[in-house]
Amino acid sequence: MKTYDLAIIGAGPAGMTATTAACAQGASVCLLDEQQTPGGQIYRSLNHCDEQRGAILGEDYLYGKTLIDPLSTIDADQTFGATVWRIDENGHIYFSTHGQAHRIQARHIIIATGALERASPVPGWTLPGVMTVGAAQILIKSSGLITEGAVLAGTGPLLYTVAVQLISAGSPPTAIVDTQQPANYVTAAKYLPSALARAATLKKGLGYLAKIRSAGIPFYRAAGDLTIEGSTAAQALSFSHKGHTVRLQTDNVLLHQGVIPNTQLTRSLRLKHEWNRAQRCFHPQTSDWGISSQSNISIAGDGGGIGGAIAAQAEGHVAALGALQSLSLITTEQRDAGAQPHRQTLKKEAGLRRFLDALYPVPEEVMRPSDHTIICRCEDVTAGEIRSFVKAGCTGPNQTKAFGRCGMGPCQGRYCGTTVTEILAAENKLSHDAVGAYRVRAPIKPITLGELASLTGTGD
Amino acid sequence: MLKRTSNNNPVSFTFEGETIPAQSGDSVASAMLAHGTQALRVSTRRKAQRGPYCMMGACYECLVEIDGKTVQSCMTTATDGLQVSRVNHEDV
Amino acid sequence: MQESDFAIVGGGVVGLSIAYGLLCKGKTVTIFDEHDNALRASRGNFGLVWVQGKGSKLPEYAKWTRQSAKSWKNFAAGLSDESGTDLRLQQQGGYSIYLTEQSLAERASDLQNLKAQLGGDYPFDVLGHNAIKKEEPHIGPKVAGAILHHEDGHVNPLLFLRTLSRVVRQRNAHLVTGKSVASIAPLNESQSSDSGFVITTADGAEFRSRRVVLCAGLGSKTLGQPLGFNVPIRAQRGQVLITEKMPPIINRPSDEIRQVDEGGIQIGASAEEVGADDRETLDITARLAQNAIDQYPVLAQASLIRSWAALRIMSPDGFPIYQHSRTAPGAFFVTCHSGITLAAAHATLLTDWICADQPDHYRDFNFPDFNITDFDFSAFSEERFNA
Ligand SMILES: Cc1cc2nc3c(=O)[nH]c(=O)nc-3n(C[C@H](O)[C@H](O)[C@H](O)COP(=O)(O)OP(=O)(O)OC[C@H]3O[C@@H](n4cnc5c(N)ncnc54)[C@H](O)[C@@H]3O)c2cc1C
Ligand SMILES: Cc1cc2nc3c(=O)[nH]c(=O)nc-3n(C[C@H](O)[C@H](O)[C@H](O)COP(=O)(O)OP(=O)(O)OC[C@H]3O[C@@H](n4cnc5c(N)ncnc54)[C@H](O)[C@@H]3O)c2cc1C
Ligand code: FES
Repeated sequence: MKTYDLAIIGAGPAGMTATTAACAQGASVCLLDEQQTPGGQIYRSLNHCDEQRGAILGEDYLYGKTLIDPLSTIDADQTFGATVWRIDENGHIYFSTHGQAHRIQARHIIIATGALERASPVPGWTLPGVMTVGAAQILIKSSGLITEGAVLAGTGPLLYTVAVQLISAGSPPTAIVDTQQPANYVTAAKYLPSALARAATLKKGLGYLAKIRSAGIPFYRAAGDLTIEGSTAAQALSFSHKGHTVRLQTDNVLLHQGVIPNTQLTRSLRLKHEWNRAQRCFHPQTSDWGISSQSNISIAGDGGGIGGAIAAQAEGHVAALGALQSLSLITTEQRDAGAQPHRQTLKKEAGLRRFLDALYPVPEEVMRPSDHTIICRCEDVTAGEIRSFVKAGCTGPNQTKAFGRCGMGPCQGRYCGTTVTEILAAENKLSHDAVGAYRVRAPIKPITLGELASLTGTGD
Repeated sequence: MLKRTSNNNPVSFTFEGETIPAQSGDSVASAMLAHGTQALRVSTRRKAQRGPYCMMGACYECLVEIDGKTVQSCMTTATDGLQVSRVNHEDV
Repeated sequence: MQESDFAIVGGGVVGLSIAYGLLCKGKTVTIFDEHDNALRASRGNFGLVWVQGKGSKLPEYAKWTRQSAKSWKNFAAGLSDESGTDLRLQQQGGYSIYLTEQSLAERASDLQNLKAQLGGDYPFDVLGHNAIKKEEPHIGPKVAGAILHHEDGHVNPLLFLRTLSRVVRQRNAHLVTGKSVASIAPLNESQSSDSGFVITTADGAEFRSRRVVLCAGLGSKTLGQPLGFNVPIRAQRGQVLITEKMPPIINRPSDEIRQVDEGGIQIGASAEEVGADDRETLDITARLAQNAIDQYPVLAQASLIRSWAALRIMSPDGFPIYQHSRTAPGAFFVTCHSGITLAAAHATLLTDWICADQPDHYRDFNFPDFNITDFDFSAFSEERFNA
């Protein structure tokens, strides 16, 4: 079995930076990512981006080259198409490539598996033709496929980013249905001073909104009661707006409600997590150096709490230094000095993030969907069924899971977990921490029995 | 509806016997969407049509069968000659 | 203060089955159960209603198990009527599958002995490779054969748990969930069996009951000792795998592999002495996967959705413990390692005992419907471990 000082799971901005930084200090490093190329979500497929795609996706995307290029000059084992499905406390990492299971061991592990888009459980969200805004962006990045005539519904910076990218591609969305409320500006205003350290980013955001406006795209503000109509595929989006019901014909609805940490691996390791009220999701607990409640596991990037790509990059650096120091590969002084510039970046990004979190909160209808809305896509479980299990005595998500299979399908609760916790907290009048989250167990992504069986007798 | 930024289709595979053109960089799911097929599976409980939702390997709505195995079509690179079919949950 | 005839401490399948039985007898019941992350065998088990091999060292247990398995049909029907939920009970027989001729022969002779002890009434067949292949076309070439016991079966254990919870609620049981019981104390020290108990939960709330049944799984240990029970139980870990939903592949369950009603293939279960650790491990899950493939090679391609581990509640000899307290009359301790199989017996016959005026003289019980006479309840007393 191959053994490393450091293994890094995820080759987004956090993981790439951590890898490069650790290699620079002479550590033996292994980088694993399930995508075919490095980049993570934001810089996905940048390796084979042509000029036309680059123009659509913009300079923030192209910036990723500065993180990807160094990977080809460093001495780290890098495996792509590698899905990590199990990590043991003793540092054993199990992953599969092309249906073949492998095992390595690392003295320290940095989990940099990024974020998922928050589920938008609104009636009809399971219909074919409904995707996430991020999914539409992935189609552009990896395949040069442009969604035409889409209605974008929800809120958050990524929604506006993708709207602008679709405009640049010559296929502006037919409408934007924004769930953000005017009151959110008032709440967010108090965080504006701290966000001003990132004035350029704010300005860029305002530029996006201006571009959407000047493209003449109908923009419905403060929309609510989103419902997607259709029997076997999406046909229309209806919603309430200024006291009326509006119905827009479309076969492509793109939903978005911000992103939340992907905690499958950190949960499977039974690390400590806590509910973050501003971001309305669970974060794994980490030290200033990204070290989790288990000393040989660190977390960097959006997987530890949403900070955005620039913060992820800085956290990757800090986590690498923290890990190397804990392995005694660098001194405390080296660690502290090396982290200094990145800490400044993190401080500025955190100021911006507080503002954005307040500006784009999760709407009530997404946190606590109506009874007939499907919550668990895999097992077709509705919010009403969850509420009925509460009446039967369930206080937490593992009980509702046992009662109604919610969270038992192949996605293993990635898209229903947060919603179920929200519903249970509301119904039982408990804190989110008291309600808790699904227990996650290996394999965190399905593998074949044959793959698992191939490891018989190799463990300890 | 989806449009391509470029129009060469050097790759092709089959879905339920039908030939599907694809480009390099395509996943099976993106090629299916480009081809105009959104519904790739039927949900196991309500038997409702489902199609790709996240495109990043997290939602499992894009499951298809290749070589007797159930795989995520958004995480499977479209390669020449691949034979893809729907997952058979029928009779269950 | 909430008062009821019975307090049931522990809301797993054992506690709920007993509660259901008591409610059917018109008793008032309060059920206590813990929070979401409590250790619960009832949430992680294999769902077998299983007869074969049980009680080869204690014929009383064989009788008890068979009695329960036979009563399951009515029991399930009653629950379905009340809840509208079909528990997916299947009792068309079940296998134990062997990869070597020798292990098959050993098992066959064990069961022959048990059959003799039970007066010849023990319906099983020994199937060679070809015979099992005929029953189960997907069986693999490595399989030497199987025992088919016609009284074996399985149920959907989660639907069962949920249905029990619903039905006891419909029957107006009082449920106190989400907190643990901190203590159970007799109201006064008099030796009368119905002077009552006070049950205190961790948040300080108090409840009263005339009798109390301690069936808190592994939690019974600390609660039971002050009531005079020894509670000789330990945790035993069992790991289980479940695959994606598949078209029908397996007709009858075995004690290691079954296709659940939703279509997934469930593979189990290990037996490990590792204390209260309920993590799943690579080694065991890999071995379970290999074993499943050895028996049904088509499963090599099946997608594994999840693995888990749960803790069995084991007595030293593996048989149930049904104990009436000597020092706190009116307090009962119930535990077993096959709470699904025994649920029907627990809901009916065991509750007769728990309600009896003189539980200590509850010997030589007769099950006229099943031709079982002179059933000795004391065989399940925990005093059997005192010697
Ligand atoms: C779909 C999507 C699109 C986004 N687009 C933008 C954008 O345009 N602009 C912007 O500013 N922000 C965007 N974001 C937010 C952005 O992802 C983050 O701010 C940033 O990428 C976080 O970086 P990271 O390194 O923490 O994680 P990521 O970039 O998400 O990288 C995590 C990596 O881990 C890998 N991974 C996850 N699980 C496993 C596993 N089990 N085994 C192996 N590998 C695994 C993933 O394949 C991924 O490459 C997007 C987010 C999403 C979800
Ligand atoms: C892997 C595995 C496979 C199995 N397969 C089968 C099978 O196929 N067939 C079969 O018949 N049996 C099977 N079993 C055994 C069966 O699951 C158990 O016998 C049964 O679930 C035990 O139920 P219980 O109610 O005693 O315990 P549990 O389900 O553990 O319930 C105990 C309850 O008590 C509560 N509790 C504990 N302490 C306190 C406290 N202080 N206050 C309040 N409440 C408390 C807990 O919250 C819990 O809900 C299996 C077990 C395992 C682990
Ligand atoms: S579309 Fe979500 S996993 Fe493929």
